[in-house]
Amino acid sequence: MSMDTSFTNQKFKSVGTRPLRPDGIDKVTGRAKYGADANAPGQLIGRILRSPHPHARIRKIDASKAEKLPGVKAVVTAADMPDLTDGDKSMFDVLENCMARTTAFYDGHAVAAVAAIDAKTAREALKLIKIDYEILPHVTDVDEAMKPSAPVLHSKMFTEGVEPKPNKASNIAKRTEFGHGDVGAGFQEAEVVVSRSFKTEQTHQGYIEPHACLASVGPDGHGELWVCTQGHFVYRNQCAQLLGMDVSKLRVTASEIGGGFGGKTHVWCEPVALALSRKANRPVKLVMTREEVFRASGPTNATSIDVKIGARKDGTIVAAEATLRYSGGPYLGAWAELGAMTSFACYDLANVKTVGYEVVVNRPKTAAYRAPSAPMAAFAVESVVDELAHKLGMDPVEFRLKNAAREGTKSSYGPVYGPIGIGPTLEAAKNHPHMQAPLGKNQGRGMACGFWFNFGGQTCTDINIGIDGTVTVTVGTIDVGGSRASLTLIAAEELGVPYEQVKVVIGDTGTIGHNDMTDGSRGTFSSGMATVFAARNAIKILRERASKTWDIPLDDVVWEDGQAKAIGESHGNLAPMSLKEIAAAAGNTGGPIAGHNEIVADGAGVSFATHICDVEVDPETGKTNILRYTVIQDAGKAVHPTYVEGQYQGGAAQGIGWALNEEYIYGKDGRLQNAGFLDYRIPVCSDLPFIDTVILEIPNPNHPYGVRGVGETSIVPPLAAVGNAVSNAAGVRMTHVPMSPPRILKAIDGARTN
Amino acid sequence: MSVKVSTTINGDQIDFICEPDETLLDALRNRVGLTGAKEGCGTGDCGACSITIDGRLVCSCLALGVEAEGREIETVEGMADGDKLHPLQRKFIEHAALQCGICTPGFLIAARALLSRNPDPDEEEIRFGLAGNLCRCTGYDKIVRAVQDAAREMRGA
Repeated sequence: MSMDTSFTNQKFKSVGTRPLRPDGIDKVTGRAKYGADANAPGQLIGRILRSPHPHARIRKIDASKAEKLPGVKAVVTAADMPDLTDGDKSMFDVLENCMARTTAFYDGHAVAAVAAIDAKTAREALKLIKIDYEILPHVTDVDEAMKPSAPVLHSKMFTEGVEPKPNKASNIAKRTEFGHGDVGAGFQEAEVVVSRSFKTEQTHQGYIEPHACLASVGPDGHGELWVCTQGHFVYRNQCAQLLGMDVSKLRVTASEIGGGFGGKTHVWCEPVALALSRKANRPVKLVMTREEVFRASGPTNATSIDVKIGARKDGTIVAAEATLRYSGGPYLGAWAELGAMTSFACYDLANVKTVGYEVVVNRPKTAAYRAPSAPMAAFAVESVVDELAHKLGMDPVEFRLKNAAREGTKSSYGPVYGPIGIGPTLEAAKNHPHMQAPLGKNQGRGMACGFWFNFGGQTCTDINIGIDGTVTVTVGTIDVGGSRASLTLIAAEELGVPYEQVKVVIGDTGTIGHNDMTDGSRGTFSSGMATVFAARNAIKILRERASKTWDIPLDDVVWEDGQAKAIGESHGNLAPMSLKEIAAAAGNTGGPIAGHNEIVADGAGVSFATHICDVEVDPETGKTNILRYTVIQDAGKAVHPTYVEGQYQGGAAQGIGWALNEEYIYGKDGRLQNAGFLDYRIPVCSDLPFIDTVILEIPNPNHPYGVRGVGETSIVPPLAAVGNAVSNAAGVRMTHVPMSPPRILKAIDGARTN
Repeated sequence: MSVKVSTTINGDQIDFICEPDETLLDALRNRVGLTGAKEGCGTGDCGACSITIDGRLVCSCLALGVEAEGREIETVEGMADGDKLHPLQRKFIEHAALQCGICTPGFLIAARALLSRNPDPDEEEIRFGLAGNLCRCTGYDKIVRAVQDAAREMRGA
């Protein structure tokens, strides 16, 4: 059985086709069960009390009145969730984020929770909890938080990554640096240099389904958790660790997930629901409101970025540097680091340096958001690249092509690239009719490139053959947008059976081994790889059964077109045995037929995209309309091209919202002023045109089918593509995202004044 | 004090009790057991809870359960005719107009209401007709195409 992950360039029968998704009918009839759709006998309703202050010491919590309210069955505070993290700082941060301990660090930080017989009683009980706060000075802006005069969130935070280690606490949690060559010498060679500073505001993933769970724990430490999550194994591990439970005694079942985009990659309210359930000894259903989702689940970072790029007159970039500051909420993350790694990943640079600063502020704990950290860095870098092309008198696509990374390029973050798609996506952009389409008054065209690493990780898949020859594939990666269909195609391809003969299910944590989350665009890549190998293991058993039935050597049995075939002249008269026939006889030939695979799916192929955007900017109002949008991205191999297109279109739409409208708005009081979909406005249907897609397939050499992840890269270029388009339409360089009408008007007025 | 409400839901005569301040969405989900309508925001901004009351499209999170008294309520659970999907349901699957699917029930109800008002909408009319429903996964491209295709089929074009 081959466990070789190398690309083999096989001819596909199923992969690359576009069958209907297997969970479609459940989802168009309202039958699919999401996080808030489950109930349990005797369940209570949980609600969380949240700090109204952006920064406050919690002197005392008096819950006695709430506890006495009829119908209240449990009140939980940090005292009920002791620190069991044993020095694991990042898990302590998760614990503290789930329930504030001595200090509330942001508007919306959980401080207590209640479980009661119904929602009304729970809400009443929250009002009876008295908290004595000592209000502390706060800071919500990333640049302000870095100033020496800023209020310091953590008295023991000394910037990591700086030598010698600082002896004064600050909000700069960590400094990271990437690059190679000599940037100083490179700029000496430069004939044209562009240097600019940019800001991007904080945005939320904006999944339509709020966080929701149904928790049930008994006094014996056995528990169940039904939850909408991108990774039920990760949720299990985190909940078990935070609550002192045995991992295997907490069974987590993932509901259908109503969007995640990175925001459902670690726990928020789930440990609280479990703590309430444990204390009340009854099931507790806890569903966050939209306001809570905005205030207290993880949005992405706000950033402040400086970029400087120098080139020779022939268009060769000779030096590039960036300083990137990312706000991470009150806790250390790796966000600035990822920004620093991705900034210049599209280019082949002799001299490059990026420095990232991770900054803590009094805002919610940051979570991943689709290619986390890359869109902001790309906005800054691709804006400067565009400006540099203009200054050089070069076409922006040609300028990028001239400097694009290729196979063998040492990337700005370290590794040397294999075969990659940046050049091909640029060539495709150059030749796309969109680039030649005429533009009218107040209209502008922009383009930009983007990069994302893609992840692999721990993966485990089971294949079981039913007595009728139908196939169940049990995977442990959540289906966030059609991966059941793509994994069905992969199993059908390997086994040589029709798509309809295969059913993919998402196993709960008691059904299958550990799987990492559906993040990093890994779902179809890694579960697909494990499905290939699990199928090959099943095929080995199918061949063994045929060889036993025929009483011929195993080596004389091959698997072709869903059948065992005897090869060799001596077996010429044996008719092939189908999977159905072998399955029907399994009881007499050795028992159930299954295939299993567990791997760390290494070798995720890096992904590149080029986007083209046309806009019209109204110079009177500053309002921008997106006229046309084209996404060109390398998929490695598009397993189900329709859903690959969907990923491209969805990422572009989110990026357009980020570019033009979406932002967290904090008042001087440090409170979030737009915690709802009315004032935090994501794109609606009438804001967007059709989004054209071009799928390129440059095989990933480290996947049997050549698959690369496709989910995230599509959100990387839009901020810059829209930014370049708006800048071209308005005649002024935009440096602050979102480019809302007031910001555009201000920029236009500023340009007129100057 | 709870109130008894007599109503018609997807053609069936249904009685339920609810609190006077309980939303129709909560009543449908928690009293009647119809969880197809979703709460995405609770403020009428996302349309995931879209239903019709006497044929009129509403966000059920903005209506009270008691307002269902004597009315005809239709939800996504009533769209298919037995094992025959409504053309919009079928076209949503065919065009991959859903990814996560949480917004889908609301879009289907809103699209049906749109097509009953305007059986031959152009692209702009579809886009504005569905602007009260948020989808975060698809960028709306395949949703608009599915509605166009369903409208064509329903007109017999």
